[in-house]
Amino acid sequence: MSMGNVERIAILRMGPFLLVTIQVDMHDQLALTLQDDLTAKIEKTGAKGVLIDISALDMVDSFIGRMIGNISSMSRILDAHTVVVGMKPAVAITLVELGITLAGVRTALTVERGMNILRAAIADQTDQLEADDADREE
Amino acid sequence: MPTVKSDTLSLRSEQDIVNVRQVVRKLAQECGFSLVEQTKMVTAASELARNTVTYGKGGDVLWEMLTEGLKKGLRLSFVDAGPGIPDLELALTDGWTSGGGMGLGLSGAKRLVNEFEIETAPGKGTRVTILRWK
Repeated sequence: MSMGNVERIAILRMGPFLLVTIQVDMHDQLALTLQDDLTAKIEKTGAKGVLIDISALDMVDSFIGRMIGNISSMSRILDAHTVVVGMKPAVAITLVELGITLAGVRTALTVERGMNILRAAIADQTDQLEADDADREE
Repeated sequence: MPTVKSDTLSLRSEQDIVNVRQVVRKLAQECGFSLVEQTKMVTAASELARNTVTYGKGGDVLWEMLTEGLKKGLRLSFVDAGPGIPDLELALTDGWTSGGGMGLGLSGAKRLVNEFEIETAPGKGTRVTILRWK
């Protein structure tokens, strides 16, 4: 991949979700820009879920690993769920050996499963809100 | 250990870190590394290249493709003339960081390779050498 001069990674909106597909070998600033753009977009759109597809990434080092962890924590604080999908087995093996376990980050093997996790998380939240409202009305 | 070929790459910017990852990936493939071995070597190289750029204020990486009998290996030496590491033992501790990272760069890279060597002194720069055999 020689697309290192891409200055921004696109964030797509699909209903209540934001979708990000990382298809370039990111330099550090690009990863930081994505983190900023994504949190700004969650705030602006009120998105309830973020799906990050890393199936094109051949490597995740501690910097990119930290960025993934940060995005997940930041979205949680902004009331959105994050799912990271498509990590390659070789990347997972290397990450754990490196010492990064991505604790607290939801993952799924495919985009489809990731979307199901996000939909279920939102449904749970809605059920909970409705139950709370019903309690209050009684 | 006979050297098959070698070259030096400059490490001055974030883009250079990406370039090192791509060159190391190609070399690791050429050495016949498995996908997991390639990924480990590329990841270790990325961590050390970032250290050279960020903490060492820039430097170079020397790569050497080696053979020993039928074995092939890849050796990378990251060299900078930066401030050096005052407390090496501390710098090699998991979770310790001086620069706002996760503190896994050096210790993590060490776990991803077969051989790891570091020479440093305050004010005298740092040289980190890693080697991985097929």
